[in-house]
Formats: sequence, structure tokens, C-alpha cells
Amino acid sequence: MKPLGTGSDDLTGHGGDRPPSAGLYVHIPFCRQKCPYCGFFSVPSPALIRPWMKTLLKEILLYEEGFGPFDSLYLGGGTPSLLSIPELTRIMTHLRAHFQFRPDTEITLEANPCDVSPEKLWGLRELGVNRISLGVQSFDARALAFLGRRHTVRDAENAVRHVKEAGFDNISLDLIYGFHAQPLQSWKETLHQAVSFAPAHLSCYELTIENRTYFGKLVQTGGLSPLSPDEARTCFLITSRLLEAYGYTHYEISSFARPENRYARHNWKYWRHAPYLGLGPSAHSFVNGRRWWNVRSVRTYMALLNRDERPVGGVEDLTESQLRLEAVALGLRTREGVATDRIGPSMEAQSRLSHLTDAGFLEICNGRVRPTRKGFLVADYLPAYLC
Amino acid sequence: MPNIRNFSIIAHIDHGKSTLADRLIQMSGLVEDRKFRDQILDNMDIERERGITIKSQAITLPYEDKTGRTFALNLIDTPGHVDFSYEVSRALASCEGVLLLIDAAQGVEAQTLANLYAAMEHDLEVIPVINKIDLPAADVDRVREEIEIDLGLDSDTAILCSAKQGTGIEAVFEAIVHRIPPPADNNKARLRALIFDAHYDPFRGTIVSCRVFEGCVRPGDTIRLMNNNARYKVEEVGIFRLAKEARKELCAGEVGYIISGIKRVSDTRVGATITLDHEPAPAPLPGFRDIRPVVFASLYPVASDDYRALADALEKYTLNDAALTYQKDSSAALGLGFRCGFLGLLHLEIVQERLEREFDQAIVMTSPTVQYQFQLTSGDRVLVDNPLYYPDPTTILQGFEPYIRASILLPERYMGVVMELCTERRGVNARFSYPTVGRVEIRFDMPLGEVIYDFYDRLKTVTQGYGSFDYDLLDHRESDLVKLDILLNGERVDALSQIVHRDGARSRALRICNRLKEEIPRHLFKIAVQGAIGGTIIARSTIAPFRKDVTAKCYGGDITRKRKLLEKQKKGKKRMKMVGAVSIPQSAFVAVLKSENE
Repeated sequence: MKPLGTGSDDLTGHGGDRPPSAGLYVHIPFCRQKCPYCGFFSVPSPALIRPWMKTLLKEILLYEEGFGPFDSLYLGGGTPSLLSIPELTRIMTHLRAHFQFRPDTEITLEANPCDVSPEKLWGLRELGVNRISLGVQSFDARALAFLGRRHTVRDAENAVRHVKEAGFDNISLDLIYGFHAQPLQSWKETLHQAVSFAPAHLSCYELTIENRTYFGKLVQTGGLSPLSPDEARTCFLITSRLLEAYGYTHYEISSFARPENRYARHNWKYWRHAPYLGLGPSAHSFVNGRRWWNVRSVRTYMALLNRDERPVGGVEDLTESQLRLEAVALGLRTREGVATDRIGPSMEAQSRLSHLTDAGFLEICNGRVRPTRKGFLVADYLPAYLC
Repeated sequence: MPNIRNFSIIAHIDHGKSTLADRLIQMSGLVEDRKFRDQILDNMDIERERGITIKSQAITLPYEDKTGRTFALNLIDTPGHVDFSYEVSRALASCEGVLLLIDAAQGVEAQTLANLYAAMEHDLEVIPVINKIDLPAADVDRVREEIEIDLGLDSDTAILCSAKQGTGIEAVFEAIVHRIPPPADNNKARLRALIFDAHYDPFRGTIVSCRVFEGCVRPGDTIRLMNNNARYKVEEVGIFRLAKEARKELCAGEVGYIISGIKRVSDTRVGATITLDHEPAPAPLPGFRDIRPVVFASLYPVASDDYRALADALEKYTLNDAALTYQKDSSAALGLGFRCGFLGLLHLEIVQERLEREFDQAIVMTSPTVQYQFQLTSGDRVLVDNPLYYPDPTTILQGFEPYIRASILLPERYMGVVMELCTERRGVNARFSYPTVGRVEIRFDMPLGEVIYDFYDRLKTVTQGYGSFDYDLLDHRESDLVKLDILLNGERVDALSQIVHRDGARSRALRICNRLKEEIPRHLFKIAVQGAIGGTIIARSTIAPFRKDVTAKCYGGDITRKRKLLEKQKKGKKRMKMVGAVSIPQSAFVAVLKSENE
């Protein structure tokens, strides 16, 4: 596996495990329709957009003090591209009015390929959006049909083209793999085609069956069978090798960047315990060891804010050992790994560590423990084993 | 002593012994209904859950008969398992009579018969009681016939009752009062009291339960235990009501307790005789036997730093269980621990469970073993009750293993399967007797080592619960003994080593390898599980590695969920023992002991 070019400092710009600047996330919980695999919170009720926006603006006011400056803003969802330019303008204006952003802030918007007309893209650029994450999912018609996507292969290709033509040079494509409707050969072709657009970033997600989704129910009733672990393993390895051959850095389980400094700055904060503020229903926030999350309902969210209450559904204050466990777990999902001193000094922990390095799951480099490609494959197992 | 009656209830399992005891206590007016706990005599959780009585206890019930005479009825509860047969015999020795309880639907069972013999051995008055007459399947006439034919008792004397519904209880009381003889009046003789139970009270020290046969004992007396001549000053004597009730004295015929500054239960012995120090009885009561552990196993803390805590727990535990013996032990795989001696396998399981439950200890227990003897070329004969100390095979001339005389009572129809089971377990020298029509008693000479694994469970399975089992130790006999080692990726797990007969080594090894394959979770690497004698591999299984364990997404909302999963995983890991790089769950150590048919 490709070593990281110049060490860890490049990725965060801050070095080590020192937290980078804060990130801001806005969850826009609306979709035209629910995708059968998606476990993120969204509702197919465009009529709620206007009243919801009013309450979002109220929520912004609640956090006006005490946060920022931000160097990343992520408009996710849901389908943020469903919102019109005037609507997005209102949100952006409010955010800018009440929060501080660094001049080089990375502003990402998640977009559905159907929503990115040249006009809209120009509008987004005007608003300061400088990174588009495009939900392509696949360049294979059968796979798109299986995934219940409303866009076609042609829509996807056009979308990428339009985004590039509009002058966005920081593009991320979301792709999904690991299901029987998409044979390995077709997945490889999707990857080749994705690379042909030379995006700076690729998110390749293995299809995860989540209980609360339609696919989850299908699996329970026997209407859908997931890949075997061995098949999934093959897909994962092929994806990693192929994209690295194209010069992408496999810097997180599902994330690839080329060049490597085009890593997703906002997502990176999640994996580094950096402070982030999440606005909108179901959004999570984290700062100083405290994590809280908003309610997972648009109506409750609105009702609470209309009563001038925080729309918070839960809070937890992490203990030192919980923080450490999370840091290791999150760190080992990234190629940067964790500082070696985060692994306990006990004999047992050290012997387990050396066992994992001997077996090629981890490597120690510049004072950091990093997962190898083989280590990525068992990243859920490693932290409990090590800590 | 005309107004005292001392009795026990004996019964086949599930024939309603505890329910009847509860009902007698309740109807005696000793306790208000609303305070009544089910099965009051079984006061430990494990007993409650398993439905067996481990420790005997006594209670004194007040009773007024139809003519207005008042009585003190001492109900002495007995444990119900072969491991505790000695405790049972001491409880029975403290009585003048028993209620022999028979289920009206099930009829006479093997244990009913065994219990009857035990009672007859102590020359006790036996009152047959047919219980559960309220059941739709109750067949009182058939049961009466069985009482006549199988038990040889007069069925007209049987009392009908339903302990559950409370019918017939009055008749039970009357029978206790009028048919069980009163204890002999021996107040003038020198003190002899039989200890049949002892338990530890954190405030009072050891509380000894005893039956006074002769003489009297009072606070201020100095008593002497006749088995070890230890002397104690009596602080308090009394009887058991629902709580202890202090009395001025305990005299011949009475059942009660003595508190006398005995610190730990292990300073006393069930079966020992108490006498007065300045006026000792000329001889103790008959039947004393010292504790003889027959099964040995080591206990280790799952986390090595918990050794101190385990030591404390064992010390506290033995305050209340005189039968457990232990000493320090260590293992390459498991670190520091304790070598323990048990009365039998059930005793072992109870100790393990109570240490985990009451003392919150996560422990690993090694394979239980018996005490072997080896004649060495040097001329020495060594005792080995721990596979770790199996001698260098080149120095062994002969091995010897302990044999028991197994006595199994069962309905004739199960004879074939039981014979098969016993010969499979190297039983020899079978003898048969037919105590009653349709029932057979089989006696076998068998290696104790074959019995301690799962023999009793298997016997119950093949006889559908009808077989009862008891044993006496015989002697040590020559045997071709080898040490079976279990290796994980080439590393010996000394805690799984066993001394076995050569003929059974391969199948035992294979079984363990397969068991471990099921119990040890997949690791990141392949694990070879091997059974070996010396350098020779005789069995093998392989645990394939898992090759993928990762979820694709981990963003804001996933992190808490993921951490909770990890915390759960970590908790599970704490209960694992590391051997080399392999983590072995505690359940794996237990699983290798279990029957293959479970």
C-alpha cells in the first residue's frame, strides 16, 4: 500500500492528534424520495422546507456565540441540492452573519446528479460553495435501478461534466459497491469511468444494510442477501488497489483523494475528535469531550425551536477512557492512524500491538500506529483488541 | 421429652419437598402469610434457582394437637445431591422419623427408594405421604400399590395431601406428633450433640446447628469438639424459628444452634460431636468422617491482577463452606491461582457459581481431576492431583487411579443403556440385585476419573431421570495413564491438560478440539487446536480466521453507536484468557468439561 507522502502533518495541517479548527454541518433533511439503502435521516416532504428553514435560522442564533471560526462547512442531508438557490442563499447569508469562517473555508454541498443544472451550479459558486459531493453511486444502469436512484447513467455523466465546467475543481463522487446486482466487472468499470473524470475525491462505500432501511427489511424477510465476507473483502481490496494505481491515496476506509491534500476536510474532523457543530434534525455536535445530537424528527425539531428550546435529543460527556477508545477506533479507520502513545503502555497491549504489526495489519511509522490495507479490512475489530 | 419431635422430609426431586416444608411452616403459625417467602428453607439464590437444597437447615415449629397438647417440631432439611450424601446422613441421624414424600402422579421413583433405605439405615419411623393429589394425573390407588410392593410399607398408613393447596396438612402434623417417637430423655448424661450444619454469620461468627442427644448445654459452658479437641466458650444457645431465638439451654432431644466464638466454618466439621470440656462424654457419637475432597481443579482470575481479590473471596467463601479446600497454584497460561479440592462435581459448580455471583469474581476453572498415584523408577510413589505435576513419563513404572463402587438404582427397562454407559466408562465387575420387582440395583467398580466428568448428567439423560447414583471410594488400581495436552497454535494451554487413560485419550482429545473450535471466536489469524500426548499429535481442529470486519461509514451519528459496540466488545474481552495471541473465552474452559451429548 502506498505510504503517505510527507507524513501526517499534511493531512490535518496541524500535526499529530492536536485538534484542527472547528467544522460546521447543516443537515438538510429533505429528499424527493427515500433511497432503499439510506439510513440517514430525511423526509420526502418538500412542503416542510419553508417552515423548517425558519426554525433552522433560529437554531443558528442559539449557537452564535462560542463556536468558530470554522474552516469547513458541510451542507449534507438528505438532498441539499433540492433547495433552490434563493433558499440556499438565505441559509448561507444567515450562517455568514452569525458565524465566523476562515477565508479558505471548504464549503461542500451534497448534490443529486438530477439537480445540477449549469445555472444552479453558477448560483452555488456565487454562494461560495467550493466543493461538490455528487451522489453518482454507479455508472451502471442496472446497479442504479437496484439502488432505486432516480437518475440515469447519462444524468450522472452530464452532472460531473457540468460541475467541472462550472469551474469546481474540488469534486467528490460518491459510489456504492458490494451487492449482487453489480458484478465485480461492472464495479471496476464504474471505477474506471469515475477516474476518467479526474475527481479530486472519491467516496466508495460498501453497501451497508441498515435495519431501519427498506433493504434492511428485505434482508430480514429473505428478499435480499448481502455479499459473503469473502466477496466483500475482494471488492474492497480491488477498489483500494485500483484507485491507488490511479494515484489516489486510500486515506480512510471509504475515502480516496488525489492529490492527497484533497482529503475531505470536514469529514476529517469527525475522525480526529475535532470540534464540530451540527445544525438541523439528527445532526451531531462535538466539542470538548461533549457530544450531543438533535432530535430525529423535523416536526419535533421545529416545535422545540418554536418554543425557543434547543432541539437536542441526547447528550453525552465522554470519559477519558471513552475518548481514548474513540480516538483509537476513529484513528485506525484512517491511514494516518493514531499516535503510538494512545495504545496503552501495558505489556498486554504492547504484545497485542506487536502481534498485529507482525501479522501485517498495522505498521508503526513516525510515532504513529497505522492500519495497512489488510488492517482497514478488520478496522472494527482492532480497537477493542488493542485497548 | 414427650413434646419434641425431630423429623426430615425426604423425596425424589420435584416431588414437592420444599412446598410441603413451606406449608408446614406456614400452617404452624410461625409466620404471617404476608411475610411468607416461598421455600423458606432454601435461602441461597443458587438453591432457589436450581431447585436443590445444598445446605441443610433446621426450623422449630410450634404445634398444638387436637387434644390441646403443645409440641416443638424440629424440621431438619436435607441436601439432595450425591455430593452431599454425608451431610444427608448426618441430618437423618439427628431425627427420629421422616416424611417420605411421593408424587401422586409420578409414583415411587428411584430416589424414593434410595431415601427409604437411608432412613431405614438410621432406624427412623417412616411416614409415607402422597403429595399432589390435586393433580389431574394423580393416581392414588396405583401409588398405594407401589408403596406396598416397591417400598414394602403399609399403604394404609400413607397420608394424602396437596402441599400446594394446603389440603391434608393437618393429618401430616398429627402423624408427626403421634407416629414419630419422641427423643429419648437423657438430660442427666454427659453432653453429646451432633453437628449437622454450620454457617457463617458476619456478626456472630460460625453458627453451629446441632442435635443434642445427651446432656444439656448452656451459655457460659466450655464446649469441646471431640474430633479435634478444640475448646470454645458458649456465648449463646437457641432454636431456629424464622430467626434465631436464644434459650437458656439446649437439652437432650432438642435441635438448635450454638454460638461460641468459632471463627470459621472450617473450624467445625459436620458429623462432629460436641461435649463439655470439664465433663467430657466417654466417646463421640458414631459416624464421624473427615472431609475428603475427591475432585480437584484450579481456579484462576480471568484478569491476572485480580489474584488478590480472588484470594480474599476464597477466604470469605470458606467461612461458610468447610468442604472446600484450597492452596496456591500457578500456571504458565493462567498465572497465579488456587488448587482446590471439592466433594464432587456439583460442589465444584456451586463453588464456581457462588464465587462469580456473590463475590463478583471472573474466574477460569481448569479441568477437574482426581488424585492419581505413580510408582516411579526411583522407588518413590507420588500422589498427583494436578496434571501440571504429572511426572516425567520416562520415570513412571506404573500409574494408579482411584476406583469407586458405583451403585445405581433404576427401573429394569433402562438396564441396557446404563450397562452400556458404565462399560464405556471402564466399569468392571458388575453385580446386580433386585430390591423390588421391576427395579434393579447395579454395582460397578469404576474409575472415579470417568465419573467426575459428566457421568451423572449422562445417567440422568439415558434413564430419563429415573436413575439414581451413589458411590463409595474403593482403592487405587493400576492403570495406563497418560497426560493429554491441548495446544493452541503450538502453545500448550496447561490449564486444559488432563491425565487420562490411554485408551480414551484420542476420543477425549478430539472432543476437546472440536469443542474449542466452537467456543473460541475467530481471530485475525488461523488457529490450530491440537491434542497431544508427549510430542505426538493425536487430534486436531482448525479455527479459520475472519478476514473482514469493517463498516463503511463512520460520521457524526455513527461514532457513539460504534463506541458502545466497542465497549461491549471490550467487556467481553475482559472475560477472555490470553494464551499466546489467542483469546480464550471463559466458556471454552467450561465447555470442555461438558457432556458431548448436550
